[in-house]
Amino acid sequence: MKNRAFLEINGLKLKYGDKAVLDGVTLKIEPREVLVVMGLSGGGKTTLLNLLLRLMEPTSGTIMFRGEELLSLERRELNRARTRIGMVFQNAALISSMTVAENLALPLRELSDKTPKEIDKAIDEKLELVDLKDAREKLPGELSGGMKKRVGLARALMLDPELVLFDEPSAGLDPIATERIDDLILELKEEHNVTSIVVTHEMESAFAVASRMAFLDKGKIIFDGTPDEIKGTDNKVIQKFLAPYLAHERTGELHHANS
Amino acid sequence: MNNPAEAFVARVGGKALAFLEELGSLTWLAGNTAAEIGDRVAERRPPFRLADFFFQTARVGVGSLPMVILLSVFVGLTMALLTGYQLQKFGVTTLVPPVVGIAFTREMGPLFTGIVLASRIGAAFTAELGAMIAGGEVDALEAMGIGPLRYLVTPRWLAIFCMTPCLAVLSTLSGICGGAFISDLMLQLGYSFFFDQVMLNLMVKDILAGVFKSFVFGALIGLISCYKGLGVKGGAVGVGVATTSSVVTAVSSVIAFDSVINIFLVLLFP
Ligand SMILES: Nc1ncnc2c1ncn2[C@@H]1O[C@H](COP(=O)(O)OP(=O)(O)OP(=O)(O)O)[C@@H](O)[C@H]1O
Ligand SMILES: [Mg+2]
Repeated sequence: MKNRAFLEINGLKLKYGDKAVLDGVTLKIEPREVLVVMGLSGGGKTTLLNLLLRLMEPTSGTIMFRGEELLSLERRELNRARTRIGMVFQNAALISSMTVAENLALPLRELSDKTPKEIDKAIDEKLELVDLKDAREKLPGELSGGMKKRVGLARALMLDPELVLFDEPSAGLDPIATERIDDLILELKEEHNVTSIVVTHEMESAFAVASRMAFLDKGKIIFDGTPDEIKGTDNKVIQKFLAPYLAHERTGELHHANS
Repeated sequence: MNNPAEAFVARVGGKALAFLEELGSLTWLAGNTAAEIGDRVAERRPPFRLADFFFQTARVGVGSLPMVILLSVFVGLTMALLTGYQLQKFGVTTLVPPVVGIAFTREMGPLFTGIVLASRIGAAFTAELGAMIAGGEVDALEAMGIGPLRYLVTPRWLAIFCMTPCLAVLSTLSGICGGAFISDLMLQLGYSFFFDQVMLNLMVKDILAGVFKSFVFGALIGLISCYKGLGVKGGAVGVGVATTSSVVTAVSSVIAFDSVINIFLVLLFP
C-alpha cells in the first residue's frame, strides 16, 4: 500500500457519442506533486478533472486514489473520497442563492462536526487566503469573475483536501492575483502536503508551480515530464504552445544580463 | 414506413417507450434520493436542513395561500350560483349546500390546489434546479461529496408533500364559504342553514378522500418538478423547455391521477 502512487490514472477513455474526448489517458501522481496539465482548448482537460471526481463515468480505464479504485466505489465511499479532493471549477460554480460565507460554510456544515463558531473561523481563514475578506456577505452575482474564482478556490479548501484540482485557476485574473494563487498552490504543497493538479494556459504560472508537466492532445498524454524536459521537447504542438513564453523568458534573461 | 397504419403504430410505440423511459428515470430519482438519505442516516447526520425545509414550506404554503383562497372562493361562488339556478326549477335549492360541500371536499379543493401548486411551485422548483444544473452548481455539490439529490430534492419534495393537504383543506373551506355567500345573497339560503347542511351531509370518507388525494398530488408535483429541473440540458433554453414540460406534465398527472383515484374510491367505498 505504502509504495503505491497517490493517484494513478490508467487507460482512461471517454466518448461523447462516437467522439473520443479522452483516448487512453495514463498518469501517475506522487504525493506533494504539482502536476500541470496543459492542452489545447477543447482538448478534454476539464473532462479529465470531472472524471477524477466521478462527475461522469468513463467508457473504460481505472483511477486509483490512495489505493482505492474510485470507479468501483459505492456511493457512500465515493462521497467520502470526494471530501478528500477539492475542485476549483473553471466557472467557479458557486451556489448562486447563497452568500459567499454560506457557500464556504456549506461543505463544513454538511460534512463535518464543526460548531458554527469553528466554521465561522474557518471561513475567515480561507477568505484571508484568497484576499476576499470584504466579500463575506456578498452574493456570487455581486462578484466579478475573478472574485468568484477565488471564492471557488476557498471553497475547495474548506475541507482541507489532500488533492486539489484546479481548472484554470488564474484565467481572467490580474497578474497580482495570479501570482498570489501560484504562491497559494506552492504554500499548500509546502505547508499542508497537498497534491495538486493544475490545468492552466498561463505558462508563467505553469512554470512557477509545476513539479511536473503533462500535455494533453487529442485525448492522449503526449508529454509527461519535468518543466526542464518540456522546454527541450521536439514535439511541434508543444513547441508552438511554449514559444511565446520561452521567447519572453529569453528576453527577460537578456535584460537581467544587461543590467 | 410505407403504410400509414404502420407509421401510426411506430409513433405510438415510440411515445410509449419514451413514456416508460421517463417513468424509469423518475423512479431512479426517487430511489437514489432515498438511497442518499439512507447514507446520511447511516452516518447519523440529518438528511436535510430543517431551515431549508421551513423555507420551502413557507414558500409553498404561505406563498400560495392568497391564490388558492381567491380561486376557491370564486369557484365555490360560481358553482353554488349555477347549480342553484338549475335546482331552482325543481324547487330544491336546499341541495346546493351538500353539492358544494361534497364537491369541494372530495374534488375541487384538492384538484385546484394541485393545479395551482403545479404551475406556481412546480415551475419554480424546475426553473431553479434547472438553473443550478446549467450553472454547474449541482456538479459542485456532487464534487464536494454532498449528495445533491437529498440536499436539494428532499426539502422541496417534503414541503410540497406536507403543504398540499393543508392548502387543499383551506381551499375547501374557502370554496364552501364562497358558496354560502352567494346562496345567502341570491338563493335565500341563510349562512347557518348552509353550513348545517354541509356538516350534515359530509361524511368522514369524503374528507379522507380529499386529504388522501392531496397527498398524492403533492408527492407527484414535487417529484415531477424536481426531476424535470435536474434533467435540464443545454443552458437557458433548456431551463425554459424543462419548466414548460414540468408544468404540463404535473398538471396532466394531477388530473389523470384524480380520475383514477376517483374511480377506485367510488368502486371501493361506495
Ligand atoms: N456534455 C458534452 N456533450 C458533448 N460533448 C462535450 C460535452 N462536454 C464537453 N464536450 C466536448 O469534450 C471536449 C473536451 O471538453 P473539455 O471541457 O474537457 O475541454 P477543455 O480541455 O477543458 O477545454 P478548455 O481549455 O477550453 O476549458 C470538447 O471538444 C467538447 O466539445
Ligand atoms: Mg476546461
